[in-house]
Amino acid sequence: MGAYLLRRLIMTVLVIVLVMAFLGALVHIIPGDPVTLMLGPRATPDLIAQVRSQMELDQPVYTQVGHFMIRAAQGDLGVDFVTDTSVMDLVIQALPPTLTLAALSLILAAIFGIPLGILSATRPNSLLDRVTAVFSVSMITIPPYVAGLLLLVIFAVRLKALPSIGSGDISDPVDYFLHLILPVTALAITWIGYIARLVRSSMLEVLNADYIRTARAYGLSDRRVAYKYALRNAIIPTIAVLGVAFGSLIGVAIFVEVIFARAGLGMLVFDAIQSRNYPLVRGGVLAIAILFVLANLVADLTYQIVDPRIRVRSGSSS
Amino acid sequence: MAISTPPRAASSTRQSRLHGVATTLQQLVHRPAGLIGLVIVVGLIILAVAPGVFAPYEPDAQTISDRLQGPSMDHLLGTDRIGRDTLSRLIFGVGIALVVALPAVLSALVIGLLLGIVAAWRGGLIDSLLVIVMDVLQAFPAVILALALLALLGPSLRNVIIVIAIAFIPNYARVSRALVFSAKANQWVEAERALGASTLRIVFTHILPNILPPLFILMAMDIPSAIVIEAGLSFLGLGVQPPTPSWGAILSDGFQNIIQSPWAVVFASIILMITTLGFTMLGETLRDIVDPRLSGLTRRRW
Repeated sequence: MGAYLLRRLIMTVLVIVLVMAFLGALVHIIPGDPVTLMLGPRATPDLIAQVRSQMELDQPVYTQVGHFMIRAAQGDLGVDFVTDTSVMDLVIQALPPTLTLAALSLILAAIFGIPLGILSATRPNSLLDRVTAVFSVSMITIPPYVAGLLLLVIFAVRLKALPSIGSGDISDPVDYFLHLILPVTALAITWIGYIARLVRSSMLEVLNADYIRTARAYGLSDRRVAYKYALRNAIIPTIAVLGVAFGSLIGVAIFVEVIFARAGLGMLVFDAIQSRNYPLVRGGVLAIAILFVLANLVADLTYQIVDPRIRVRSGSSS
Repeated sequence: MAISTPPRAASSTRQSRLHGVATTLQQLVHRPAGLIGLVIVVGLIILAVAPGVFAPYEPDAQTISDRLQGPSMDHLLGTDRIGRDTLSRLIFGVGIALVVALPAVLSALVIGLLLGIVAAWRGGLIDSLLVIVMDVLQAFPAVILALALLALLGPSLRNVIIVIAIAFIPNYARVSRALVFSAKANQWVEAERALGASTLRIVFTHILPNILPPLFILMAMDIPSAIVIEAGLSFLGLGVQPPTPSWGAILSDGFQNIIQSPWAVVFASIILMITTLGFTMLGETLRDIVDPRLSGLTRRRW
């Protein structure tokens, strides 16, 4: 376990370093000049040359990538030349709203998904189980932006019941909360279905195990067997999936942030792309990638720690 | 992810393979989810092949006097902000969705497969290098990687195909690598080698037929993800550009006029949901029939 943990941590650090190098080099891998793109067709050659040297684009590729990595490691992602603010500050400002959105969506997904999964698993092939199965697949396949747009149409445009624009006023908790309802629901829908299915299948797997039959033979009630033994085992993959889901939500949040005009990491990247603000795109994407990698790491380690069976197996797979 | 392939007869003839496809199809239509999925997918393909037969108007035909209308007899699903018929645009959009998703997923499969075979067969440094490169590509959520690449490449239909393919390659490379590793460990590979078969011969006649079925299943399940990513990128204005009737562009257009007329958004959402549901049901049923042990292959990709 210790060796695995160490290897996994080293790999994670290596991947993050390489992601920085990748993002630093991306502008050179891909054809086209970012400065010309950024400044548009009316830029004078002088201005282009000035911005190029400001962005160090006139230096050799490896120097640029090296500089970017060294500075990024020190928490300096460069300066956003549109607003003349540090990119790092802008990214840090954008973090809390996106993290809140992702965390609340996960909680909502777990609150609905886990009980649905338990209900189906304890009554396999019942009407309820079948209906849940259909709903789960449907929810999983709904694209997040479709969920967001439909919620917007129903609750904000038609019913005018909930606010649809902006993040709300943070000093007014009720207002802030109301602004969160639709975006959080839009992001949670996919994962409600996913978690329900996962809990169902892993509980059923456990319910068919020998030790559950033994427990039943000893006269324990079905309820007790289901909740005390089966659920405990079924919850392990669910916890791990929550980590994966968190990473995925950080990326998908961009759609919901754009639809509901919320500040956040996704909105930052979207705006930066619109204004062709390359350093800001790079900073925002780097932040998303780091969060994504860390979320997957946490998911993986949780799985390893909580389930001793995986630990034994992990020796053979890489 | 270690997946062991069923030890198929190494010398499966064309006939027996055809027979296999026929029985799979038979099993497919006998499951409700498979049948529904198949009907939806076949329906979409028909719409994509001959949109003109079903669409009442040309996708760009404008009737300025009928702007932003709700459903009516003239325009069953309403019109957009410059009076184009939403139903017709959605029908022509089927083709766009498939023309992006199919080549993207297919090229991801081919490139990933080649990389996976080389890595698993050569091992050593090449293998480690490939694993790290794939790790770096998978350090981004697929949508964000596609977005970042598109921001530099510039939005166009061709570029959308390229970036989706790049985002999907790592998974195919990883799965093929694992499959080749486990196929390589089989005794019949060793026996072939002892008989003097060349590496290329072993790979093409013995390894490939064994590892392709799970990869095709993965492909079937990635098609809806590719459709969703394309529509998402186009919705953000970074994918297929107007006036091409991409579903994402229709959503984006409708979103801008959502207060005056939410119909375009509603109907584009519905067709997207039906499409992803159909492809997913088909893909998952195929997976359950071909090899239920592959259920670990289900992954969220957006």
